[in-house]
Order: sequence, then structure tokens, then C-alpha cells
Amino acid sequence: MNALARPGRWENFFWPLLAAALLLALWHYSVIWTATKVFPSPLSVEKGLAELLRKHVLWADIGDSLRRVAIGFGTAGVIGIPLGLTLGWYPTVNQVLNPVLQILRPISPIAWIPVAILFFGIGDHAAIFLIFLGAFFPIVVACVSGVSNVPSIFRRAGRNFGLAPVQILTRVVFRAALPQILIGLRIALGIAWLVVVAGEMIAVDSGLGYLVIDSRNSGKRYDLVVAAMLLIGLIGLALDLGFRQLEKMRSVRWGFGHES
Amino acid sequence: MSTEALITAPAPGVKLRTEHVGMVFERDGKSVSVLEAIDLEVRDGEFICLVGPSGCGKSTLLNVMGGFLPPTSGSVTIDRELVHGPDPRRILVFQERGVFPWLTVEGNIGFGLSKLSGAERDQRIAHYVQMMRLQGFEQSYPSDLSGGMKQRLQVARALAVNPDILYLDEPFGALDSVTRLIMRGELLRIWQTERRTIIFVTHDIDEAVQLADRVVVLSSRPAKIQDILTIDIAHPRNISSARYLEHRDDLLRKIGLAYTV
Repeated sequence: MNALARPGRWENFFWPLLAAALLLALWHYSVIWTATKVFPSPLSVEKGLAELLRKHVLWADIGDSLRRVAIGFGTAGVIGIPLGLTLGWYPTVNQVLNPVLQILRPISPIAWIPVAILFFGIGDHAAIFLIFLGAFFPIVVACVSGVSNVPSIFRRAGRNFGLAPVQILTRVVFRAALPQILIGLRIALGIAWLVVVAGEMIAVDSGLGYLVIDSRNSGKRYDLVVAAMLLIGLIGLALDLGFRQLEKMRSVRWGFGHES
Repeated sequence: MSTEALITAPAPGVKLRTEHVGMVFERDGKSVSVLEAIDLEVRDGEFICLVGPSGCGKSTLLNVMGGFLPPTSGSVTIDRELVHGPDPRRILVFQERGVFPWLTVEGNIGFGLSKLSGAERDQRIAHYVQMMRLQGFEQSYPSDLSGGMKQRLQVARALAVNPDILYLDEPFGALDSVTRLIMRGELLRIWQTERRTIIFVTHDIDEAVQLADRVVVLSSRPAKIQDILTIDIAHPRNISSARYLEHRDDLLRKIGLAYTV
């Protein structure tokens, strides 16, 4: 790109910061103008956040939420990736299982809450099960389409070099589909983070979701509610940015349309 | 034009033989005949070019010879052994995008060498990096290579497993004309040092006359062998010599093209 046409470095930060500041100002003055007694201003949210940090419960809540996501999302990956690869690799198996998957897929994990509680009782397992469900289907679908999009030229080359079918699956098809699988994993991680909050509102008594609902229920502390919401947003963003780093690995970068 | 080639392999043994190979595809309930009664003998170490109108079935024939497609009639034998499927003893080089983008240059060349010991593998990789002039790019990924380098890499990956036969399916078709000319020179250099049998599909008349010992001219679909031309000019070939032009014009005539534009 032409150096003159490129926006200055400072502009990359300036405009987003300005937009955020304007939004905060709008929020602040809306609270003042409407004279609401319930909805917190940015300043009281900031104070609430400080209070949570002082009471040392915040880190435990964050840790619990992340742990549930790690287990639920991890299990979804461990089961979903091999299943998706198999379905993509054997079209006949896919024909058999695909209708079931397509019916289960659009069911929101929230709708599973009663069933999850029935299966696992109130507790960690129910919440983790919901996260698993939310992450599982996008992973399977990404793997199936990733495998079926692998150019036949790569499979033929694999066969030509004398690879057994299992080796073609692991050394050629999986590697060729990996960029698309990573995209599926990233979407699944985002959904897992959405679901953990919902799950924690119902099934458990720790975590950021619980913090939101508990702050409301015990004394209508909307400053803490909004503080927890902001934290959920920030951590979700951090997870996504962290996952995106994987896309820069040299062995998958070709699939992401990065330069060269 | 049926004199023996001057520079073909000394051993007159037949390497590959197609006997009455026919190929019929079923498409939308209709059968389309693509290849008809292809009888061809390729000698060990020979450089064969397959030319013909586009869509005539050149690539199909190459895929049948390579074992990727079973012929609907007839048979292909290599060293008197029936071809059942693809085999690392004969490698197909694709037109483009055939190298694995998730592997480095070294990883690509070593792809078919997993049965060798680490040291042997490294040695083999180093040898073909050198031969295909990819030094300094061992750790690069294909996305960092030019089109010509990618094709050199694909040839290196093929040669590394030490095949008897190389099938090349318009390997330089996607390259610019200067790079193609250089690549032809490289391929001839390798063919002369390594003495593999090469079967090369092209739609480029000049390419065929520059490279081949014999040019097999296929008719339009269903493809039959229309003619076989022996190019009895020693390498390096002078592409403005009268003999060269004579062969080229002869080939153009056989394909049914006028040589004026």
C-alpha cells in the first residue's frame, strides 16, 4: 500500500478510543439526565469492580468460568474433531448421521438446561455439559466441510506416495483442512463463552454468570451486574484474540489469506 | 519420420505398455467415450509427450497409466506387471497447487520418505534441494515461492522417492513463457542425469518438439492415437534450426493446424 494513504499509527488507536470515550460519556450523562436510581453510572461500575477485586471473589469466579469452558470446549474438540473428520471422510457414515446432527444443531444449549439438570443434577457437570453442546456442533460441522473441501489433488498425491488410508487422513486431509477446522474451533470457543454465563446462572453458585445473577438477586447491585458484564466481554475478547494467534502459525497461515 | 531417435535410452526394453485401453465415463445417464483403443509402448528412459486438442482425454490417459483411474477396457502394464493403482514407483506431477502448502520445502521433498532413516532422509532432501536449485529456501513454505519454484519443488518431491516413471500433467501450463522455457531446460537436465522414463502431457506444440523423443498425437474425443512422431534431434535442440522447424510444422500439420496466424 502507498505509505501516504496508510492511516497513521496513532489513528489506529485514536478513533476506537474516541468512540469508546464517547459511549462512556453518553452512558454517564444518560444516567444523570434520567436521574435513575437503579442503573449505575460508569463511575459506580468502576467502584463496584474495585470492590469485587478487594473481596477476592472475582478471581475465583473468573477461574471457575474459564475452567468450565476449558473442560466443555476441550471435550467438544476431543470428540468433535475425530467425529467430524470421520464423517467428512466416509460420506456413507455422514449420510446416516447427518440428519440427526442437523436436527440437534439448531437447538440452543439454553433449551437443554432442564435436560442437563435431569442428567447431571444441579452443579458443575450440568454447566459443562451445556458448554460442550454449544461447542460440539460447530466443531463437527467445520471438520466435515473442511474435509470435503480438501482438493482431490492432495489426496491423490497422498495415495501416489503410498500412504495408507489412515495416513492420508492424518498426514494430508487433516492438515489440509486444519485452517477451516481452526475457524470452527474459534466460533465454538465464542459460543462456549456465551453458554458458560447462561449455565452458571442456573446450575452453579460460582463463576461470572453466577456473579451477574447473584448481584441482582442479593440487593439489586446493578453496579456489580454491569461490572461483571464488562468483564465477560473483555475476557471473551481476550480469548478470541488469543485463539487468533493460532492462525498465524506458519503451517496453517496459507489457509487464512494472509499476505504471501 | 520413423527413424530411431538418436538419443533415446540405449536399452530397447519396453517400460510401459497400454493395450487397447478404452475409457467410458457415465455422465447424466449417458456414456461418454473418452479413450478408444490406445495401444502404446514406451521404452525405458524414453521421453514421451502426449499432445492433442484440449479436452481430448490426454490427462485421462495419464491418470489411467498412473493407476489413478482403472480403464473400462484394455490394460496398462509396467515392466510386464499389471497396473492396479497408484504406486510410489511412478509419480504424477500436477499442473499447479500440487505441493502441500502446510509443509516447508524440506517437508514437501521428504513427504514420501518416511520409511527412510533420519540421516538418509536428510541426505536425500539435501540432494534434491541442490538439484532443483532450491538452496536457501529449505525452511520456506510454498506460499513464499514463485510459481516456477513451486513446480521445481513438486518435481523434487516426486524424484525424491526415486520413481522409474514420472507422469507430468501440463506441469508448466500455469507458468509465464520465460519461466516455462527455463523449466524445460531444467527438466531435460534432470532427465539426462537421472534417466527416468517421462510421460509428459502438454497442449503446447513447441514444448513437445523441444522435449520429446517421441510425440504421441491424440485425436479429439474419443481420443485415439492419430500419429506418433519421432523427434530425432540431439539435445540441446536449436529451436530455430531448419530441422526443428520441420518437425514442428509436421506436428502442426498432424494436429490439423495451419502454421500461419
